[in-house]
Amino acid sequence: MSIFSHLGKYYILMIQAFAKPDKLKVVWKRVIDEMEAIGVGSIPIVAILSIFMGAVTLLQMAYNFSSPLVPPYTEGLATRDTMILEFAPTIISLILAGKVGSSIAGNLGTMKVTEQIDALEIMGVNPQSYLIMPKMVAALFVFPFIVVVSIFLGTLGGYLASVLTGVVSVEKYVYGIRYDFEPYYITYALVKSEFFALIITSVSSYQGFITSGGAKEVGDSGTRAVVYSCIIILLFDLILTQLLLTA
Amino acid sequence: MIEIQGISKSFENKDVLTNIDLNLERGKVNMIIGKSGAGKSVLLKCLVGLFDIDSGHILYDGRPFSDMGYQKKKEIRKEVGMLFQGSALFDSKTVLENVMFPLTIFSEKSQEEIKERALFCLKRVKIEEQANNLFPAEISGGMKKRVAIARAIALQPRYLFCDEPNSGLDPQTSIVIDNLIKEITLEFDITTVVISHDMNSVMEISDFISFIHQGQKWWEGSRDDILNSDNQEVVDFVYASNFMKAVRENLKKR
Repeated sequence: MSIFSHLGKYYILMIQAFAKPDKLKVVWKRVIDEMEAIGVGSIPIVAILSIFMGAVTLLQMAYNFSSPLVPPYTEGLATRDTMILEFAPTIISLILAGKVGSSIAGNLGTMKVTEQIDALEIMGVNPQSYLIMPKMVAALFVFPFIVVVSIFLGTLGGYLASVLTGVVSVEKYVYGIRYDFEPYYITYALVKSEFFALIITSVSSYQGFITSGGAKEVGDSGTRAVVYSCIIILLFDLILTQLLLTA
Repeated sequence: MIEIQGISKSFENKDVLTNIDLNLERGKVNMIIGKSGAGKSVLLKCLVGLFDIDSGHILYDGRPFSDMGYQKKKEIRKEVGMLFQGSALFDSKTVLENVMFPLTIFSEKSQEEIKERALFCLKRVKIEEQANNLFPAEISGGMKKRVAIARAIALQPRYLFCDEPNSGLDPQTSIVIDNLIKEITLEFDITTVVISHDMNSVMEISDFISFIHQGQKWWEGSRDDILNSDNQEVVDFVYASNFMKAVRENLKKR
């Protein structure tokens, strides 16, 4: 299939996914379940990664900015801004593309090859609306929350690194993370997280829905979902940064 | 009653079904049989609208199903129950939740009434109460088929489709499933269509048989007719096993 054929099918799938649901109450319950699966289920990995990213970023900043000419707040400020601008929204989204994306594609792919999606269709249920829409809505709700948690824990990771290693004094670090704070950076991170939420859930759902065959094809769909989500996230990272920060 | 009028279906210029006419009557078990690759499953998927047909018409009690748009088809689909070859139970839901699912989506009844109806359907297919909270992965193949039948009848369908209901089952369980399909057909007076290549099922429950060969309707008749058919493809299919060959010899002696 050509890329245009995929784009056409993806577009049709999204139209079907946002068709009027059969019962709003049922869909809302599914949204809550998906919020738990995508959001709560991702918190442990996000927490571990964010703390380590914040800590390592501070150590690298301290190593690179060892000159006495560099102002004392630089390491803390650079760690904070790196977490807000790039690590929390983009790197965490790339990690979630692996965790959430492969799970969505695997789940829907298995449902496809075991005729569970056909069963929904025959019952008169719109499978796209029932299965995909709640995942996308749930991701839109929880991704910004995950990004905020990641920013907080990343900054905390930097703090822990300063306490445990002493490469930067705690006073300097705290001064740095409070220095010249730009609230718009948070808006920028949250806008990016919403785009990435849609990319991960829609691309992975599409890969799940076009699965045919057996176990091998389900695995392949999971892999494609992660690879394509990551590439599209990086592409949109570039476009959104150009639009939101430099335009 | 389901009327199939001259339907054809091809995939990438390969004809899978060619000009098939069939009348599938209400209150009867209508069996569609044939060798693997004959086009039976494609025919079934065309009947339920999972595949669009290239030409012809499919009418559900006079209603032109194949010519309808998505929304109108959806209304008819609420009257359809289907038993898939692999059961197609939702593996994230328990046995009870699987049967409650179509009711939760389409019925305006309270949660208690929905549960009551689901329990009735499960009891009707002889699923013990202890199994209600198990997941599909925790039950046997025969039980999965019975749960799938319970789910299919939950909304009191007018049409029941079964795709190889006995595949992967032992002979005793197969007979249980066959009898259940027959009983439900008579009890609810529904139009039942069964795809099979199991001659035991054919002889056990069929009221009307249609033999599909190379995508065409090759033969149709009753189960008494099929044993005496002189159509070579039908004879080769029916008497493929040594057991059935012995049955034929006995019939000839009489």
